[in-house]
Amino acid sequence: MQKKLGLPESQIAKARDLAVQITKPVINFIDAHTTTAVERAALRLVGVDGADSNGVPVSNIIIDQLRGKLEGGALRWYVNALLRTGQSPEAMNVQIANGHKLTEHPLADQMAIEAKGTELANQYLARICSNRQHREEKLEQFIGNNHDPLLYAIVATGNIHEDVKQAQAAAWQGADVIAVIRTTAQSLLDYVPYGATTEGFGGTYATQENFRIMREALDKSSEQLERYIYLTNYASGLCMPEIAAMGALERLDMMLNDSMYGILFRDINMYRTFVDQKFSRMINAYAGIIINTGEDNYLTTSDAVEKAHTVLASQFINERFALEAGLLPKQMGLGHAFEIDPDIKNGFLFEVAQAQMAREIFPEAPLKYMPPTKFMTGDIFKGVVQNAMFNFASKLTNQGIHLLGMLTEAIHTPHMQDRGLALDNAKYVMNNMADLGSEITFRRDGVIVKRAHRVLTETIEFMESVASIGLMESMEQGAFADIKRPRDMGKGLDGLIKKGSDYWNPIEKAIAVK
Amino acid sequence: MFIRSYGDTIDDGAVQLSFTLPVPCNAKGCEAARQYAEKLGFSHADVVHSHPLSDGYSFYVVYGKTKVSVDYDQIQVEEATGDKLYSMETACEIIRQRIGRKVVIVGACTGFDAHTVGIDAIMNMKGYNHHYGLERYSEVNAHNLGAQVPNEKLIDYAEKINADAILVSQIVTQKDIHIQNLTEFIELIQSKGLREKFILCIGGSRIGNKLAVELGFDAGFGQGTYAEHVATFVVDRLLARV
Ligand code: B12
Repeated sequence: MQKKLGLPESQIAKARDLAVQITKPVINFIDAHTTTAVERAALRLVGVDGADSNGVPVSNIIIDQLRGKLEGGALRWYVNALLRTGQSPEAMNVQIANGHKLTEHPLADQMAIEAKGTELANQYLARICSNRQHREEKLEQFIGNNHDPLLYAIVATGNIHEDVKQAQAAAWQGADVIAVIRTTAQSLLDYVPYGATTEGFGGTYATQENFRIMREALDKSSEQLERYIYLTNYASGLCMPEIAAMGALERLDMMLNDSMYGILFRDINMYRTFVDQKFSRMINAYAGIIINTGEDNYLTTSDAVEKAHTVLASQFINERFALEAGLLPKQMGLGHAFEIDPDIKNGFLFEVAQAQMAREIFPEAPLKYMPPTKFMTGDIFKGVVQNAMFNFASKLTNQGIHLLGMLTEAIHTPHMQDRGLALDNAKYVMNNMADLGSEITFRRDGVIVKRAHRVLTETIEFMESVASIGLMESMEQGAFADIKRPRDMGKGLDGLIKKGSDYWNPIEKAIAVK
Repeated sequence: MFIRSYGDTIDDGAVQLSFTLPVPCNAKGCEAARQYAEKLGFSHADVVHSHPLSDGYSFYVVYGKTKVSVDYDQIQVEEATGDKLYSMETACEIIRQRIGRKVVIVGACTGFDAHTVGIDAIMNMKGYNHHYGLERYSEVNAHNLGAQVPNEKLIDYAEKINADAILVSQIVTQKDIHIQNLTEFIELIQSKGLREKFILCIGGSRIGNKLAVELGFDAGFGQGTYAEHVATFVVDRLLARV
């Protein structure tokens, strides 16, 4: 990649140092804690599955049974019950759904539990590894057939079977990535619904069965089109790690997985989110999943020109948390967005500056670039032009994952034709100016270069202030997205648990990057 | 006066349409699109463009002409405030002079809806598009409870602080989820016997006054609303009471 902005390496290094300083105390906190969601995710990776007749998932039933006993981790109790009864996980899951209590069995010898637990964990982790291998093989087989950047479309009908039709049509039209948007409110559910679902609002429930159905459909499309179709969902909200576990088992390829989004945009407690994001990211790292971070959202509540530096700062922080969880730079779809008020003179130049800057600072990351949303209106014809400008900026600056802008963004979740028109728009623009980026450089004293330098400088000032007062304190004061979140408020705090000295989680142990 | 859509000759009734049909894109699909447009009431339906969206779906752009017209003189719209609009200063002046106490307004984006930008635009100090929000009004006591607020909590809060008006924002409208939620709000407030105690306003990008009144609210506000609109409505309603 050709660098065009002349950003000082020393400043970039400084920002990375600040990210280490900012995240350090939070990481210490994370490592001393687990959550009910982390435990549920780990349970699923040793065989827990299913739900009772009221639809309560077995993983939740177990956690409820173990309230007050979780400092040592939940897995010990489950594995113990398997050992004591000699039953398979499948049989045990049915029994638990029928009211069987794990606490009825006195704990067996820890050595025996660990041996059995490790054996089960290895079985599920092997499935994840084989998923990863399958993906790599398919990407190799169809190499060169995806677009660059990857063209990413969402489906959100609420009905998984209808989603399949929309997704297969989008793949046919040229999409490389399909994201099934989750229904309104799923992020606030402290359980993952079970089975295939046909009702949702502005999105479709993320369930393991829905993942499986969509995966199967997109695998068919991949073979037919000879292009690997990536499947995306949301490891976010109160079930962040559990959804990561399910995604790993069903071979999702990307996950929305931000370290702070839930805190800011869903009012989830910050302690809970920080702990959850780490374990979910460890799973994603292990499964070879590309994460997408959510900085673009900041610009929906803050001004994109004034608060550009908060996006870059958050990218540095997300990068740091991701590295801590074992994710490689090529798995980091760091987010940003084309959200500058279209009425601003030279707004496009600022957009290019921001996108090019992210490209140069995170050279290996498949940057996730979001289309205009906030300034989209019911004027769908103008919307087409706004999206064309965005497509142009994305190709010009070599972005990695290109979210398609919908002409109907201000109206409804996409109809089939909206997606088709968006793909045509992107393919036209990106083909027509394919090599423009490598033809041009920017004036040293020009608007674009100056803007990028200014944003980087402001980012460092901002990160210095966050480092000096602390990340959690900064979030309490509204430093990101102009949203204030007190640390003891928000949803899910009751699921936070301090790890005991005997804490045992064979999944965490096996997937941790040494 | 009867009117119809205008292309380049008055009364030509020209309309552009686009839609998807769940059939392959070929001559038969195009003819189906044309006949479909004719059945929608268009004459001279002309399929000017078609392309496939997949093996089984196709997209059409159609121009047609219509004889349908509406009687413009009979059209009635009920906007919450009509053309009347008090500036922030005027609204505050009226409150000082004629109400003689602070007006208390509580607002929230309710149910599972997490879109705060709309209600913030109306309520927060900063406002929106150079129009200050209600918090800036010296004679208004504004309480913005944020998003994802249960109906029950909003009503209880309004009762506790003895609010004059409650503002409810609903942005997600997919599958009519907002209707469900707003209906629940009205039922709840009625069952508590508090309906008449408050001026009830709703707002959101797909909300209008007509819908609001149908659902049992006092007013509804859509796109392009500013705090001035809400203040004007609330102040006038309070004046009507004194
Ligand atoms: C920003 C945004 C978000 C942000 C919200 C951040 C935040 N803190 O608010 C985030 C990323 C979190 C988000 C999430 C989702 N979003 Co959203 N989002 C938008 C977006 C891009 C802009 C909305 C906005 O801020 N507009 C600017 C404000 C100022 O306008 P406004 O809300 O219309 O408010 C004005 C008026 O309506 C009115 N008003 C509004 N409320 C009230 C109340 C009163 C009392 C009054 C008087 C007036 C009033 O006054 C305001 C000022 O004029 C729109 C698309 C668009 N361009 O409209 C989609 C959109 C609203 N979102 C949508 C969806 C589906 C979702 C999700 C469900 C997606 C998902 N499956 O996860 C989630 C919902 C999560 C949840 N639990 O609610 C859909 C809704 C479709 C529909 N018709 O139902 C839209 C239209 C996008 C789309 N095409 O799919 N979203």
